[in-house]
Amino acid sequence: MNPATRSPLTWAVHLSVLLLVALWTLPTAGLLISSLRDKDQLAVSGWWTALSTSTQNIVARAPGADTQIERDGKFVISGDVLEGTAAGEVSAFGFSSREPTAFKAGETAELNDGEKLTVQADGSFEIVSDTKMEGSRGQRIFFTAAVPPRFTFDNYVEVLSAEGIGASFINSLTVAIPSTVIPILIAAFAAYALAWMPFPGRAILIAVVVGLLVVPLQMSLIPLLKLYNGVGAFFGVPAKTYVGIWLAHTGFGLPLAIYLLRNYMAGLPREIMESARVDGASDFDIFVKIILPLSFPALASFAIFQFLWTWNDLLVAIVFLGAGQDELVLTGRLVNLLGSRGGNWEILTASAFITIVVPLIVFFSLQRYLVRGLLAGSVKGG
Amino acid sequence: MQQLVFAVGTMLAGVLGCAAYFWGTSFILDLIFPSKGRSGVEASRNLRITNAIRPWLFLAPALFALTIYLIYPVAMSVWFSLHDRAGQNFVGASNYVWMLNDGEFRQSIFNNFLWLLVVPALATFFGLVIAALTDRIWWGNIAKTLIFMPMAISFVGAAVIWKFIYDYRAEGTEQIGLLNAIVVAFGGDPQAWITLPFWNNFFLMAILVWIQTGFAMVILSAALRGIPEETVEAAVIDGANGWQIFFKIMVPQIWGTIAVVWTTITILVLKVFDIVLAMTNGQWQSQVLANLMFDWMFRGGGDFGRGAAIAVVIMVLVIPIMVWNIRNAAKEMKGH
Repeated sequence: MNPATRSPLTWAVHLSVLLLVALWTLPTAGLLISSLRDKDQLAVSGWWTALSTSTQNIVARAPGADTQIERDGKFVISGDVLEGTAAGEVSAFGFSSREPTAFKAGETAELNDGEKLTVQADGSFEIVSDTKMEGSRGQRIFFTAAVPPRFTFDNYVEVLSAEGIGASFINSLTVAIPSTVIPILIAAFAAYALAWMPFPGRAILIAVVVGLLVVPLQMSLIPLLKLYNGVGAFFGVPAKTYVGIWLAHTGFGLPLAIYLLRNYMAGLPREIMESARVDGASDFDIFVKIILPLSFPALASFAIFQFLWTWNDLLVAIVFLGAGQDELVLTGRLVNLLGSRGGNWEILTASAFITIVVPLIVFFSLQRYLVRGLLAGSVKGG
Repeated sequence: MQQLVFAVGTMLAGVLGCAAYFWGTSFILDLIFPSKGRSGVEASRNLRITNAIRPWLFLAPALFALTIYLIYPVAMSVWFSLHDRAGQNFVGASNYVWMLNDGEFRQSIFNNFLWLLVVPALATFFGLVIAALTDRIWWGNIAKTLIFMPMAISFVGAAVIWKFIYDYRAEGTEQIGLLNAIVVAFGGDPQAWITLPFWNNFFLMAILVWIQTGFAMVILSAALRGIPEETVEAAVIDGANGWQIFFKIMVPQIWGTIAVVWTTITILVLKVFDIVLAMTNGQWQSQVLANLMFDWMFRGGGDFGRGAAIAVVIMVLVIPIMVWNIRNAAKEMKGH
């Protein structure tokens, strides 16, 4: 569009697309930013304030009376309220939970028993008394501190080790890799037969595959659970195994695989196959040497779909795979954490980001094939 | 790590096994019915036989897996839905009768219809609008990639992302959920959004719309680009404005694609499960069929009869779309 025709309408388009993009990316951005924040800050302020200094209400306890020293005839307990916190500056303080911010930093507060408390902006404090102080429990000091923004990988370290996300990451890979690769070869041969080998009943089989594309997974769960339990009991093996879930994912992924590959192969030029056949190549040779290499884009599309689907799947995993440490997949672990750690956003955000990072990498690096696969799988119906 | 090695090993074994099967059966077939180097009549007879058998050898593993994992279960689910909780005694239609009288089931049906009305419509609408807008600007492809991105995120991951947005803190404390922060900034009262009966359905739907808009956008964008230039040019010459061109010239030409997008999302909505499980697990009147079915599968040791009956209901709702898809595919094949 040349500049002369740039109307307010063009700006409106730019603005509305910008707004929509923001709407679609902010949720994920918020998750990523939150997962990198200090967990104390995350709990009290929104992620959009991550770069600004926040204020935090903190309680500290002064050391007991045994640490007091005598100075100029007075008894003094001193220390630093900021010790051990990430906070930078004290703005206000108090000595009772009812008025935690009664005094500004640098002021002197008169405690109930005649002692005087002073807290400086840098966190150092003094309790001064004319008489010797008693009691081993120190005075509680409430204060409001300004906390500089702090980013850390602590949350990731914690979830990877303590919350079992690391183990689940391996489990998810264990589920997804064979479940992605095994169906490809099976589907490719079937798709070739459906695309290029004439035989009676071919049209019906294609219709069946198209029909099976939309069969809800829910229909398969109960009978297969029964079947797996039966097979497990018969052979004396556990009913919930990796082999079981690989086969299940293979079965559920086949209709899409066959459909995508058949559509693609049917679009390949007939002349190539005919000339190969004239040269004496068998169907097997034609398939392996010509069709399979030519179908690479369709194979890649399906592999991406299947990988995303098996990695992101929750339902098949919780029905056909156990919940032990070496079996629970990432999505299952995340659902469990939502239940047990519902308020601990530092754990949830970091865990969630680990579960979505692999699909996101796949998505951004192989988006081309994903789009092509989507178009081949859907537009054709219209 | 050990299990990963096991996984890769199994994968290689699986692939090699498949390859060995396909190669081996082809080899044996050619051994029994050789056509190379035989006389004319015998060669052509053997060629005919191998050509009749080979497709089925190619199809056998796929047909076997499809039968075990999809066709057999569909039949068995219907069978289970007519039997008691352990699947032993025939109980006729009593699971279905129970269903009709169960408040939770009726709630789920109602919610599912809400989902069916809202999610496909909004996702398709946003997808169409974004596709049309991004085609006109130089950074359209970047915008599309970013809007397409949620497609790669699992439903559970998306549920965590959005639960964080809907997070609720008591009034007066600082809100860390984006939605409540916005509401408070405009002077409103914070709400525990996902616990508000009826309205919480819409907060859950937003998640699926967020995920599926990218899908709709990609497909519709391709369809919009496929519209012949001349039709748009003719409309411009006739003095049509932007809105008229879009709604009267472009949209009618891609009705078929819009229908495909709509039905694809509809199927997905009927099966929506992870989002509801992770967000509310059906509490606060947000139950849907797929989650209810899962619930009954394991509730009190598992009631297979009722679970299967609910699955059959989902299946019945899918059937019209299935028939439509098959007819379209058949029509297209004739055109080939």
